[in-house]
Amino acid sequence: MNNSMTMNSGHSPESAHSVRGYIFVFIALLAGTFLTVWASFIQFGSREINIAVALTIASVKAFLVAAYFMHLISERKMIFCVMGFTALFFAGLMGLTIWSTSPDSMVHIQHVP
Amino acid sequence: MDFPYIVEPRRDTGLYNAKLGIWLFLASEVMLFGALFSAYVLLRVGAEPGMWPHGWLNVYIGTANTIVLITSSITTVMAWVSCKLRQYRRFKFFHALTIVLAMTFVCIKSYEYHDKFTHYEITLANGKFADGHLVERSKDFDLAKKTGRVTIHGHEVDHEVELMDMQRPEARHIQREELTIPATDIKKMERYGPWHHTYLAIYFTLTALHAFHVICGALVIGFLWGPGSRMWHTDPERFTNRIEVSGLFWHFVDLIWIFLFPVLYLL
Repeated sequence: MNNSMTMNSGHSPESAHSVRGYIFVFIALLAGTFLTVWASFIQFGSREINIAVALTIASVKAFLVAAYFMHLISERKMIFCVMGFTALFFAGLMGLTIWSTSPDSMVHIQHVP
Repeated sequence: MDFPYIVEPRRDTGLYNAKLGIWLFLASEVMLFGALFSAYVLLRVGAEPGMWPHGWLNVYIGTANTIVLITSSITTVMAWVSCKLRQYRRFKFFHALTIVLAMTFVCIKSYEYHDKFTHYEITLANGKFADGHLVERSKDFDLAKKTGRVTIHGHEVDHEVELMDMQRPEARHIQREELTIPATDIKKMERYGPWHHTYLAIYFTLTALHAFHVICGALVIGFLWGPGSRMWHTDPERFTNRIEVSGLFWHFVDLIWIFLFPVLYLL
């Protein structure tokens, strides 16, 4: 078998340093999970703050997975372009959704007694 | 006929075919789940005040499943690292672990589904509500004919709204006991299926779609661990690319769960 390394996609996982990085991310994800559960049992004053805290922790965890496990942080321009447009459309979708829940919006849901 | 860029990257994009393909697919998946998250927000905001459930799912089971999926992510990435380092036996070990963890996730999820499908809300003839898990039905139990009786392990409340927020401090002190209710006293009996509440509808939709992804991912990983691994001996570079692509999908599945867990279990 050929023992030489032929890197073809730009990622170099062969050093022990990279493996340590993956393990560090794994531990951070576990810590984030426990932090999310712990924070959910604390009353921050309103449910909206609890939602913001949980989603912030989830976003950090998602960043760690995407950036390091999926190597997005060192990915090619083409992938950035694809995911950039996706992020834009996703943000638009969620923005429209949140806008529609505002009492001032044209499509606000109203409860009819 | 040989297809170009199966192993070596295109000079302009720097990517091989499968990698570009999986990222485009993941982009479409983001929008698919995004639409369902949007539906979740609309359903939640549109619910009558006080009628959106909290604490209907077991946080500890959800946490366990989150840990299982996160662990499977590190085993997936370690399998890919092993391929890059040409350590076939280590690759087989880590990928086997990923498959076991995927099956563990599905088993835990199945247990949760079973728990919901044996959980009933019973509207009583006196206007009260009984809520709990089914213990047994008498053999002659027939709600339409009003015969027989049903036993649940749960509690009784005066108003349905009291069943919504199970995270409130008082809910922790609810005494659950076995309640035997004759069919004559039952107005309506409904299990906690997707039809019971819009929360459960979106819960089952999101988690079933996610579980479908887990199963599909596990099948692909299982193939690459088993019969598909023959390619290692003929074209290890291409095989490593396959492991990378399947790994990207698997990490995406983990990423979706990272948001599903707090949204459905904690908030």
